[in-house]
Amino acid sequence: MKETRILLAQAGEITPTSAKEYGAVGGYQGLKKALAAPDKIVDIIKASGLRGRGGAGFPAGLKLSFTANTPADQKYIVCNADEGEPGTNKDRVIMEKVPHRLIEGMAIAGVAVGADKGYIYLRAEYPYVAEILEKALADARENGFLGTDILGSGHNFHIELFIGAGAYVCGEETALLDSLEGKRGEPRFKPPYPGVAGLWGKPTVINNVETLANLPGIVANGPAWFRQTGTETCPGTKLFSLSGNIANPGVYEFPIGTSIRTIFQEAGGGCPGGKKLMAIQTGGASGNIIPASLLDTPMDIDCCAKAGATFGAGDLMFIDDDQCLLDILENLMEFFEEESCGKCTPCREGNTQLLYLVRKFKDGTAEDGDLELMLELGNTMTGGCLCGLGQASPNPILSAVRFFPELFKTKSTQKGRVS
Amino acid sequence: MLNVTIDGQPLQVEKGTTILEACEFLGIEIPTLCNLEYLSPEGACRMCVVEVKGIQNLQVSCATPCTEGMEVTTMNERIYAFRRLIIELLLANHNTDCFNCSANGECKLYQYAMEYEVEKTRFVNTRGTPPVDDSNKFFNYDPAKCILCHRCVRVCNERQSNRTLGLIDRGVKTTMGLPFDQLFIDSNCVSCGNCVSVCPTGALTTKASKKFRPWEVTKTRTTCPYCGVGCQLDLLVKNGKVVGVEPADGKANQGLLCVKGKFAYNFINHPDRLKTPLIRKEGVLTPVGWDEALDFVTAGIKKIREESGPDAIAGFSSSRTTNEDNYVFMKMMRAAIGTNNVDNCARV
Ligand SMILES: Cc1cc2nc3c(=O)[nH]c(=O)nc-3n(C[C@H](O)[C@H](O)[C@H](O)COP(=O)(O)O)c2cc1C
Ligand code: SF4
Ligand code: SF4
Ligand code: SF4
Ligand code: SF4
Repeated sequence: MKETRILLAQAGEITPTSAKEYGAVGGYQGLKKALAAPDKIVDIIKASGLRGRGGAGFPAGLKLSFTANTPADQKYIVCNADEGEPGTNKDRVIMEKVPHRLIEGMAIAGVAVGADKGYIYLRAEYPYVAEILEKALADARENGFLGTDILGSGHNFHIELFIGAGAYVCGEETALLDSLEGKRGEPRFKPPYPGVAGLWGKPTVINNVETLANLPGIVANGPAWFRQTGTETCPGTKLFSLSGNIANPGVYEFPIGTSIRTIFQEAGGGCPGGKKLMAIQTGGASGNIIPASLLDTPMDIDCCAKAGATFGAGDLMFIDDDQCLLDILENLMEFFEEESCGKCTPCREGNTQLLYLVRKFKDGTAEDGDLELMLELGNTMTGGCLCGLGQASPNPILSAVRFFPELFKTKSTQKGRVS
Repeated sequence: MLNVTIDGQPLQVEKGTTILEACEFLGIEIPTLCNLEYLSPEGACRMCVVEVKGIQNLQVSCATPCTEGMEVTTMNERIYAFRRLIIELLLANHNTDCFNCSANGECKLYQYAMEYEVEKTRFVNTRGTPPVDDSNKFFNYDPAKCILCHRCVRVCNERQSNRTLGLIDRGVKTTMGLPFDQLFIDSNCVSCGNCVSVCPTGALTTKASKKFRPWEVTKTRTTCPYCGVGCQLDLLVKNGKVVGVEPADGKANQGLLCVKGKFAYNFINHPDRLKTPLIRKEGVLTPVGWDEALDFVTAGIKKIREESGPDAIAGFSSSRTTNEDNYVFMKMMRAAIGTNNVDNCARV
């Protein structure tokens, strides 16, 4: 099965920054429709069944409706382009290859909810993407798709590019808003939700790059067209980021619901060097690690949840049987120990303790009670941290204990290899 | 009004009431470390978690608003275990040396460790023991006893508006600190001590507090004598001597004090303190009684008025007087003496 390129249909076919070339291949048709009937857009997105592509899968139309239904003198559209999850790089491909799709998506969202200002919060590690975006934004303005009185419609929409400062937690939507406001990036307590009180307290739609890039197609072609691909509960295509022990690492577009096996074999080309696949970390650094025996799991939010995998932002890190899972867990926990924002106790103190416990298993110094303590701590964090970082960071460990229990023997001589 | 049920008890609350506030209505005690009146809810320490029916994760009661029909459980095995683990986690990176700690006897961490039967943490210290900053004249900061509740940060930023304290770094390295790792003495700190007053542990303590335990002192509620704001405070008295001051929740100060109210109490027992009026007799200041002093003053005022008229007299009242005293003083100058020459030095 080949890729199904919808979002990336024009990738490589046009000059990425050129608004005219994007327009010549069907671009900006969605925006024109939105300008003609702004009141209809929220319902169209609702009917499409589009779910957020940033990790949580929240219905995009419902999110738009919160902001649309909150009266305010100023509203904002914020694009989450922080892409901080290790192993995720799909937003980069959209911004690099089809930046106008994102710009058009943001403008549509703005017109739909009555926001005239948008921000793109871009990961600091993507300086070359910033250049592309700046050029594309300038070109969109020059051609009347952005700015004051877009295409003579009387609607205004401006986009400003904001470069982050390198903290993973600033991908969390409310920490991102704090960071945009010039503060230390720490997740806010919700409610209020950003849709009602977000950036500078104003109603704010905050969406992932890929979510926003889906809007032009849906508005131009209608919800029924969108629902032709994907599954009933998760329509559309998804960009999957393939990394790890894989012959062709990269970003590939498949209908939601495609099995991991298909993506692994058809796009990824299997493990290099004829190695055997041992495990897959799904959904990014904070996602579940599942055994190769679950390779037939369809990549769809509900199927992943049922199988014990994580859909997340569509990351798949393949792990061959040369690797030591405890090494990988140690590496992941080193990341979370550092990237916790430090605000709430279970995450700030919990990740560092999880790291030390994992190291004990790795070094073979774990004692009786350590596994129980690790599980108690992991489950406590999952059920009681303030934001998604601490709620999800124990996932790799908890899933590894579930699927690879033989690794967690106390005073074990085993060094973590399973074959 | 919203209908909620807490531990099976029905209750009506106003919209905007938090679960914690609703619990207080019913007399249900919830442990809190970061929450404090007048500070924005933070939901950071996670001690105050409760179970809300229909929501899988535990919810912090300090920040979660009540909703119609909400059913809350404030204690069960899961909640108990959760809070216990929070205490254990905090103790792991804590320099637990209560015997040598100024907070001994009023430390919330210690209190909850006892209440939740945490004798020892199962976790290890991963952060080391950073040095104490004792540069401030009135208080010390020991980061190894900080539980990162952010109370001091919020009081300094939100209420004192001094913006001295903040959070530095992130993850396990997060510390409460000052910009560019400054010491207190080198910073813009005005020594108001409000951070010390709100600290629930021994991280921020007054230098004087080592010498008395909370159960040894009596508290006397009074008005700060230093300026017209009229802050309410409690004098901490041990063996007839004032050994410390705590802010009280007065109308004018709502739990805040400035450096004078908080720390400038040593004059009370100072040997140089004036305790009687003095009249200069043959070039020497000589202690006299109040009657003699007041006769002397009124005689002087009368003499000047007769000789040179009332406008030869001016009255200047101290900024340490209250509004009411100032009013009476103004009346005395205008009505009794007959001059408009009256002023107040009006500064704190
Ligand atoms: C620790 C953490 C990091 C996150 N990082 C990102 C990110 O880099 N990009 C992103 O789009 N969403 C990220 N999210 C999810 C956002 O909070 C939010 O759910 C998302 O931007 C919503 O957009 P969507 O509805 O379009 O998916 C992160 C969440 C957490 C808890
Ligand atoms: S869970 Fe972690 S990242 Fe999220 S608020 Fe708490 S400390 Fe910060
Ligand atoms: S801060 Fe509390 S727990 Fe820590 S040493 Fe002092 S009294 Fe003991
Ligand atoms: S110094 Fe005290 S008040 Fe400040 S964060 Fe630490 S424990 Fe809390
Ligand atoms: S001197 Fe300071 S503490 Fe005393 S009343 Fe005035 S402001 Fe309040």
